[in-house]
Amino acid sequence: MSEIIGIWIAAGLTLCVFSFLYKDNPFYRFAEHLYVGVSVGYTIAQTWYQTIVKLVWYPINQKGDFTVLIPTVIGLLMFSRFVPKYRWLIRWPLAFMIGVSAGASIPRGMQSLIFKQMEATLQPFNSINVFIIVLGLLCTLIYFYFSTEHKGAVGVASKVGIFFLMVSFGAAFGYTVMARISLLIGRAYFLFHDWLHIVK
Amino acid sequence: MSFWEKIGSFDRRYIFALIALTVIVPLLLPIGMPITTTNEVKGVYDYIDALPPGSAILVALDYDPAALAELYPMSIAILKHAYTKKIKVIGMTLWMTGASLGDVVMREAAQGIAEVDKDYTYLGFVPSSAAAIMRMGQDISSVFNVDYSGKPISQIPLMKGIKNYKDISLIVDLAAGSTPEAWIVYAGTPHRVPIAIGVTAVSAVGYYPFLNAKQIIGLIGGMKGAAEYEKMIQSRGTASAGMDSQSMTHIAIILLIIIANVSYFVVRRKNKKVIES
Repeated sequence: MSEIIGIWIAAGLTLCVFSFLYKDNPFYRFAEHLYVGVSVGYTIAQTWYQTIVKLVWYPINQKGDFTVLIPTVIGLLMFSRFVPKYRWLIRWPLAFMIGVSAGASIPRGMQSLIFKQMEATLQPFNSINVFIIVLGLLCTLIYFYFSTEHKGAVGVASKVGIFFLMVSFGAAFGYTVMARISLLIGRAYFLFHDWLHIVK
Repeated sequence: MSFWEKIGSFDRRYIFALIALTVIVPLLLPIGMPITTTNEVKGVYDYIDALPPGSAILVALDYDPAALAELYPMSIAILKHAYTKKIKVIGMTLWMTGASLGDVVMREAAQGIAEVDKDYTYLGFVPSSAAAIMRMGQDISSVFNVDYSGKPISQIPLMKGIKNYKDISLIVDLAAGSTPEAWIVYAGTPHRVPIAIGVTAVSAVGYYPFLNAKQIIGLIGGMKGAAEYEKMIQSRGTASAGMDSQSMTHIAIILLIIIANVSYFVVRRKNKKVIES
C-alpha cells in the first residue's frame, strides 16, 4: 500500500513540474518548493547520521574510542568564523585540509592526469587516430598560447585548434542532449509503466 | 511573413509537445530499432565475463535519484551479469544522498540470483572520497568496519580473504559526478587495479581521454550504454525500453536544428537584400 501511495505522490509531483512547460503556475511552484525543502532536510538528516552518528557517536559509545574527538574538534573549529573574537581559529582546520589534500593529490594527480595522459599522447604514428590526437592537442594548445600574435603558421594552427574545440563542444552538446532526453524518458517510463501500467 | 520567418517567432511549446510525442509514442508502440554495441561498453562486459567465478569486484554506486534514469539500468545490468557469473560483489557509495538507494539497487539486482553476505554485500556510504579510496588501498576494514545494516564486516563470509585492492579484480564506478576521476587517481594508477566506469551521458565525453590512455578498461555512457549492456547480457530492461524514444527524439532534434538554421540563413539573406536596396 505504501508503495502505491508513493507512486501516486511521485506521479502527481512529476505532472506538477511538467506543467511549467505550459506556463508558470502554483502547482509547479508547490512542487519546486517541496523539492528544495525535502532535499535540504534529507541531506541534513543523512549528514547527521552518516558522519556525526556513525563516525563520532558510535565509536565513542560502542568502542570507547575517544581518538575520533581529535578530528571532530578540528572540524568544529570551522564554525569559529561565526564568532569574531575566535575567527582566527579557522586557520587550523583550513591549514590541515589544504596541507593533507595538496600532499595527497598533487603527486597522484601528476601521475594519473599528466604523465599517463602524456604517455598516451606521445605514441608512434602507427595509426591515423594517433596523428589526429597529436594534431588536435598541438593546435588547441597553440590556440591558447597568447604570447604570439595568431598570424601566419601560428594563425593557421590556431584556426585548426578552434576546429577541434568545436568538434569537442559538439560532442559534449550531443551527449548533453542525450542525457536530458534520457531523464525525460525515465519520467515518461515511470508514468506509463509504474503509475498507469500501460507500458509493459 | 514567410514560413521561414515564422519559424523564428514559433511558440516553443509546440517544440515541447513534439518532443513529448517522440518520447511517449515509441514507449507505447515500440518500433524495435536496433541497438548496436560499442567497443567501450564491450570492454566492460568482456572483462567481467572473463573473470573466474569467486573473483571479487567492487561496485561504487556514486549517484542519487536524480541520475536514476541512466544509472539504474546500468547498475542492474552489471550487477546481474556479475551475480550470474558467480562473482562476489562489494557495493558501496561515496554519495551521501545515494546511500539508501545503493542498498535498494543491490537488493533488486540480486533477487533470485544472489544471496546477501555470500554473493554480495553493501557497505554503504563513506565521506571524504579521496581519503577513503586511499585508505581502502591499505585496508578496506579501516574504512568500513560494518556494512550498511551495521553488521561487522569480519562476520560477513564474502569479505573473508578480501583485505584491500590486491584482492579486488575490478572496480566499477557508476557515477553521476566526478568520482571516477578520484578512483582513477587514488586507486587505479597507484594500485594498478583495473577500473571500469559507467556515467551519465552528460559527463561521458570527459572520460574518453582516460579510455584512450588505457586508465580505464571500458566506459558505459548514459542510457545508450546501459541498453548496450542489457543487450549483451540478453536482459531487456528500462534502458532498452527507452532507446526507441531516444532515437526518435534525436531525429526530431536534428530536424529542428536543420530547420532553425535554414530559417536563420534565409531571414539573414532577406534582411541583407532589404538593406542593400
